[in-house]
Amino acid sequence: MLATELDERLSTSQVFWNSLMEMPGGEKIRQCIQCGTCTGVCPFGRWMQTTPRKIIAALRMNEFEDILASDTAWMCVSCYACAKVCPQQLPLTDGLMFRLKEELLLTGNVPTELQLALENSRRYGNPMGESPKKRSAWTEGLDPPVPVLRETRKPVDVLWFVGDFASYHPQGQQAARALVKVLRALGVNFGILGPDEVSDGDSQRMAGERGLFEWLAIRNGAHFMRSNFNQIITTDPHAYNAIKNEYPSLEINYPVQHYTEFLYERLDQLKPLLTKKISATVAYHDPCYLGRVNGVYDPPRELLKAIPGVRLVEMSHHHDSSLCCGGGGGGMWLDGFQWDQSKSRLSEWRIREVVISKTVEDFISVIGAEDKNRRKAGQPTLLPEETILAVACPYEKPRFTDATKTIEEAKTVRVMDIAELLANAM
Amino acid sequence: MNIIVPVKMVPDLVEELTIDPGGAALDTAWMRLILNEFDDHAIEQAILLKERVGGLVTVIAPEAADVDDALFTAAAKGADRLIKLTGETGSINSHALARALAAVIQTETPDLILTGVQAHNDLDGQVGPLLAESLSMPYVGYVSSVKIENRMATVKKEYPGGLLAEFMVELPAVLGIQASDEPPRYVAFTKVRQAMQATKIEEQDIGELDISGSAAVSRMFQPEVKERAEMLEGDSDAVAARLVEIMQEYGVL
Repeated sequence: MLATELDERLSTSQVFWNSLMEMPGGEKIRQCIQCGTCTGVCPFGRWMQTTPRKIIAALRMNEFEDILASDTAWMCVSCYACAKVCPQQLPLTDGLMFRLKEELLLTGNVPTELQLALENSRRYGNPMGESPKKRSAWTEGLDPPVPVLRETRKPVDVLWFVGDFASYHPQGQQAARALVKVLRALGVNFGILGPDEVSDGDSQRMAGERGLFEWLAIRNGAHFMRSNFNQIITTDPHAYNAIKNEYPSLEINYPVQHYTEFLYERLDQLKPLLTKKISATVAYHDPCYLGRVNGVYDPPRELLKAIPGVRLVEMSHHHDSSLCCGGGGGGMWLDGFQWDQSKSRLSEWRIREVVISKTVEDFISVIGAEDKNRRKAGQPTLLPEETILAVACPYEKPRFTDATKTIEEAKTVRVMDIAELLANAM
Repeated sequence: MNIIVPVKMVPDLVEELTIDPGGAALDTAWMRLILNEFDDHAIEQAILLKERVGGLVTVIAPEAADVDDALFTAAAKGADRLIKLTGETGSINSHALARALAAVIQTETPDLILTGVQAHNDLDGQVGPLLAESLSMPYVGYVSSVKIENRMATVKKEYPGGLLAEFMVELPAVLGIQASDEPPRYVAFTKVRQAMQATKIEEQDIGELDISGSAAVSRMFQPEVKERAEMLEGDSDAVAARLVEIMQEYGVL
């Protein structure tokens, strides 16, 4: 029941509280100890009037109307940082914050830029409002052509769910084309859905639009059913999360892997193909929905380590403490809103960490000291000069690339998808 | 207050448009349709007025692909009644539409009729004025704000050059909406689904179409390329020198 459709006997707080209790694991929210760890770890917590701790306190005090009056819940990027550190393991991201966003959405309290993305998703099957017919236009010119299953009608081993940003965003398309090269080098028999594919819907779901998510999922599910394949791989961790953890509740059940997991399983076959050296210090950014949500930390790192010349370093936030790029939970479509509220960007924070991690690693390295002398003497350094931020989610490349343009010290940092690094090393 | 909102579907420009073999119309075979943007604002304005002063909102649209979805979305936003005009609606033009609407609306005793001021596929954008004439009501177009008090509407009309005029209009009246007081609201997918189950679309046959009075299309064609821009080649000095030359040729330097 919608909390604002008031049952006369119950307050808004009680109706909302009851809806939380009905969610899987929702009962746990009773156990909140008001420690505030969620608020402390939240990357946007400073600018949110409605952090998880405050929402729970307001519900207990029967003051939920105050929470609904604020729109700062839209600052939540559904990164699961709060849920990960909560000592009581409360379902904060996909329970409390999801329900609050759903409530705001149902009452029409939606920032305009997010509204457009949701309307586009419903109308065109992608949040950008691009032509559905042109979903596989990124494959044009590839030889041999990438098989679109409804045209070839042949069974494949792997159905590649390309996703919105890899299909339509120019930087995502580069990574998608690189992945074609890698898959072909490994002799993988794959195909795509092309114009039959629609958005995986996961970020729309986390922005409170469960109904839209289900509608998109059912459309994809119908095309999965019509196609003949053994497993799904995804470019996008959000699609991976949706197909792995959410689609089964709609009776859409298929084995799915993120492309980094799929390639990692074939590392022995892949390694001999990686013959070109990429001399660079590489920091890897754990995408929230690959790392924190699904525990995939090692496969991307092992792939990077397999590239000759790569010196892999960790940033201060890594593995389960990784910092969100700012694009999750609808954040991809709330840049203006986030900027208005905070005058900051999570992607810029992250890019500063890339620069710092390289500087620190160089400093503590034995070779780093020698390099200092070499630099003074005008000799070539032993440590790589180039710095690369490696990503594994198509949301991230444009976000971080933009951030390198605004952070002076990061002007030379390149942002590359792991698929691009692998393809370049071949 | 009884508010009627005539709306229509128009070609969606997200896909490339093609011209049919006859050469005087769009090829409708693969064309997607979308609610006319100004009509979306007219619906929003009607619902805002309903929320402020109370009333009943009826949305009327000629039959077209996806029109049911557009109507149910309007219901989910707060429209009370949905009417679909059926019959030979494929060849409808704004004159025929205004006549058909007048016939249906006459029996509804409206206080206010709000429609989009124009549509990108209109040849003359005259639905509002023609409808007002048929119903003997006043008309104001390019309206971007509506307030209702004591059977009078106070409306703001936009003129080219950034001019704004305020009109007092006695009801009943027809208003051509350019923009609603607030942007059209978002309606959650589940609410549209609920509306599909809870609301009925009434169908009204419009009988024989009278398409007279409208401009006719003699030929439809893609914009033709006449002259292309001259791209300057060479290094920056050469390009700069040529730029200066060109500016001198045109007498701007």
